[in-house]
Amino acid sequence: MSAALLDIHDLRQTFPRADGGELLVLDGIDFKLAQGQMVGLLGRTGSGKSTLLRLIAGLLPPSAGTITYLGQKVVAPAPGIAMVFQSFALFPWLTVLENVQLGLEALALPEAEIRQRALAAIDLIGLDGYESAYPRELSGGMRQRVGFARALVVHPNILLMDEPFSALDVLTAETLRTDFLDLWGDGKLPIKGVILVTHNIEEAVLMCDRILLFSTNPGRIISEIAVDLKQPRNRLDPQFRDLVEKIYVAMTARTQRSARTVAMSIDAILPRVSANTISGLLETLAGEPYKGKADLPVIADESSLEVDELFAIGDALQMLHLAEVEGGDIRLTEIGKQFVEAGTDDRKKIFQRQLLAYVPLAAHIRRILQERANHVAPKSRFFDELEDHMSTDDAEETLRSVTAWARYAEAFAYDDDSQTFSLENPT
Amino acid sequence: MRVIVPISVGGWARLFTRWELLAILLILGLLAFLAEASRHLLQPLAELQQQPLSLDPAYLPEYAARTTLRMLIAMGVSLLFTFTYATLAAKNKQAERLLVPLLDILQSVPILGFISITVVFFMALAPGRVLGAEFAAIFAIFTSQAWNMAFSFYQSLRTVPAELVEASRSFRLSPWMNFWRVDVPFAMPQLIWNMMMSMSGSWFFVVASEAISVGNTTVTLPGVGSYIALAIAQRDLAAVGYAIGTMLVVILIYDQVLFRPLVAWADRFRFEQEAGDLPPRSWVLDVLRRSRLVDRLTRPFSVLWARSMRARWFDRGEAYKQAARDEGGWAPLILNGAVIALGAVALWQVVRFATTGVSLADVGTTFLLGLATLSRVVVLIAVASCIWVPVGVWVGTRPRAANLVQPVAQFLAAFPANLLFPIVVSAIVALKLNADIWLSPLMILGTQWYILFNVIAGAAAIPAELRAVGANFRVRGWLWWRRIALPAVLPYYVTGAITASGGSWNAAIVAEVASWGDEKLEAIGLGAYIARQTEAGDFHRIVLGIAVMSLFVVLVNRTFWRPLYRYAERKFRLG
Repeated sequence: MSAALLDIHDLRQTFPRADGGELLVLDGIDFKLAQGQMVGLLGRTGSGKSTLLRLIAGLLPPSAGTITYLGQKVVAPAPGIAMVFQSFALFPWLTVLENVQLGLEALALPEAEIRQRALAAIDLIGLDGYESAYPRELSGGMRQRVGFARALVVHPNILLMDEPFSALDVLTAETLRTDFLDLWGDGKLPIKGVILVTHNIEEAVLMCDRILLFSTNPGRIISEIAVDLKQPRNRLDPQFRDLVEKIYVAMTARTQRSARTVAMSIDAILPRVSANTISGLLETLAGEPYKGKADLPVIADESSLEVDELFAIGDALQMLHLAEVEGGDIRLTEIGKQFVEAGTDDRKKIFQRQLLAYVPLAAHIRRILQERANHVAPKSRFFDELEDHMSTDDAEETLRSVTAWARYAEAFAYDDDSQTFSLENPT
Repeated sequence: MRVIVPISVGGWARLFTRWELLAILLILGLLAFLAEASRHLLQPLAELQQQPLSLDPAYLPEYAARTTLRMLIAMGVSLLFTFTYATLAAKNKQAERLLVPLLDILQSVPILGFISITVVFFMALAPGRVLGAEFAAIFAIFTSQAWNMAFSFYQSLRTVPAELVEASRSFRLSPWMNFWRVDVPFAMPQLIWNMMMSMSGSWFFVVASEAISVGNTTVTLPGVGSYIALAIAQRDLAAVGYAIGTMLVVILIYDQVLFRPLVAWADRFRFEQEAGDLPPRSWVLDVLRRSRLVDRLTRPFSVLWARSMRARWFDRGEAYKQAARDEGGWAPLILNGAVIALGAVALWQVVRFATTGVSLADVGTTFLLGLATLSRVVVLIAVASCIWVPVGVWVGTRPRAANLVQPVAQFLAAFPANLLFPIVVSAIVALKLNADIWLSPLMILGTQWYILFNVIAGAAAIPAELRAVGANFRVRGWLWWRRIALPAVLPYYVTGAITASGGSWNAAIVAEVASWGDEKLEAIGLGAYIARQTEAGDFHRIVLGIAVMSLFVVLVNRTFWRPLYRYAERKFRLG
């Protein structure tokens, strides 16, 4: 076996922050992609896995560390590395055929060869008959097939896939996955290695030979899991389920620690979870058949929540001490049970108590409002404070979350017209 | 239709940034330089031979053809300007800092005011006299078309979806290919819309630029514009009628042969992927697409074009060089040096110019006159809004009516105010009316339609569900207007009103002075001031007038329209 297709060494990525500091997104990333392998990068939103994919694609320069592709340092989009995008990224003004041909035209190949190769790729990926269609005439699944054909037609050594199935409905996604695995397994694809970014645990186990688990803020590789199951894999196979469970445990072990420790300070990034969703999950947990305790993969399946959403809700529940997440399980706390049993008004009271006790930012805003004579403070005052510790987007998101929670808890009010927080609710 | 505001409403909190002040200085400097140069050049041109112009309608087709050609050439130049200037501004961060404020200020400079200066300048530049005058007219039309096109193109380039940019880069498209395959198609629908607006707007300037008197120099180019001017001077009502008819025909031809095919063709560049309403159709485009002859004639060009896409024009693999360039190296230093030098030259020009020909009293006078014109614009916009917002909402909520009214409004927007002079002047004289009041409506004659068709677009965009909710809860009368219609159209209205307000300032130069044969009426205002100085050939006072008017326009935009637009955008934008 020859040398690694891709060798990533001690990669680190930072982005500039508003206050002039740096925001660490990826840290100490180190891995190799061997010939014939499909590697999954699995992590939650904010784990920098998409950023990593863009670094490999040569779309961004890394802050430190190296990416070596076939012995050459990647300093620009390299020939032989092609990408499939989550949102398809098709050019709406080009037909299917023209979209597929685009990459070949950029290679300045002769016209006859461009046409012949494009038609072959279209044929391979099952797009026969759609050559002259415009993307807007196609369904999501067909659009992503164009995305695949466009990437494969340049005969890349490495195919990068950025959550390629997450914008599709469940059935379509499954069909596309299976078709791709069949082609890959039969060696019909002109590629030597695949990197798949996903936040879908089952998808990773279904497709990949190796899975790298990423932590969030900053993204680090926290564990590496080899998947030795034979293709085609069966989701109901006990070994498959065990692996899924194992990954859940690994990911929640991380979640628990971070949510608890981080929530102690004002500058914690708050998950964007509505009070309604929180009540909904608590009620589901309290009811049959869970009776206060559930397996995360099971509840994800039953409530048809994306893993990402489920983890975010889990974070929120942990922060508010309404539930605990441990070893792939989620369990109601005493207060969580009280919350479920209470009526609307009492729920709000419990929520307010938890919010002010355990979310320092909420307590901070309320204290400032109480201290001020008119009980009013501009949003910018808190926004600037947050921006010193996190990116502008995160600051905006965190303020929005705390506002939504405070509104539900009637802890304080926010007026979007004047962009001010206040203690008064409209009467 | 995504509507782009015709002024910069970007994120600056302050009234002016350093770069904007620099932009103002550069433009004033250029004006001062041109005016200075022109003043000395004025003399030898005084004996320019006048081409005899005839009011015989038989000549009109020829005149119309010449005018059309001028407008087309100007449009070509505007496109060239758009593709280069806006691309540079969007792709190069260093250049962007100066180019965008410059464009923003340029949009606020009343073009009618400096036509006089440029006419003399260009005529002196070109060796052949007619050619020089043609250049000047085309330049004037160009200045009325180019800014909003460039602005729209710049905005589009800035908003190309990130994933398309990434796809283009990861497939290593050459810059040339990226421009024609990604940037231009994405910007196309918006650009065509702006080209149509520009074409409409430039009729106003055709009339002003084909027949112009500066001091003792009179320039008359054969064309519809000069025909109209002559008809007014000779009080020939029939000729005015012929001119209106000709304009109507030309505008119709433009619509059928140029814009409708363009719109139909550009439909596939719409980025919204869902199939929306019926695609626009054009018989001209159908003919072009189906014709074998056309296919055979254009084939060699399309093959060449395709080949140019595949050619390696530039080194690609430019991924990180771009980033490196932004951070350091010689380029920014040289650029900054050049900008500082330019600024210094401009400052010197302005100071020299200001100290020689204008007194402080002049400045005071122009400011007071500016206030007079300002009050006119404010009242007119208010009146026009009261009329056209309800009409626009009524029309916009009825698709059939909208289809009928839209093209009419577009024609009316192209209608130069001069053509109404006969009626207005005769009426004012006959009824002994106050010219200060009754000349004013001419200012908004051409520009009020922007309010109308933006409001129509806004009302048409109210989701059917929201209207159904209104009907379901029996929200009617004033409550319906207050809670549903007005908030929904506000962002669109503001966009239209900004255009209308800017255009009205410009129109003041023509509208505050109206004549019909020997009868001449004048209102008190900055527009009349500029017109009078133009006639007198006093370049110092022309520049002063333009500068003050630009300042008024910019200040009104910054202190009133920009905040209002942001508010409307944040609070009322649907979807």
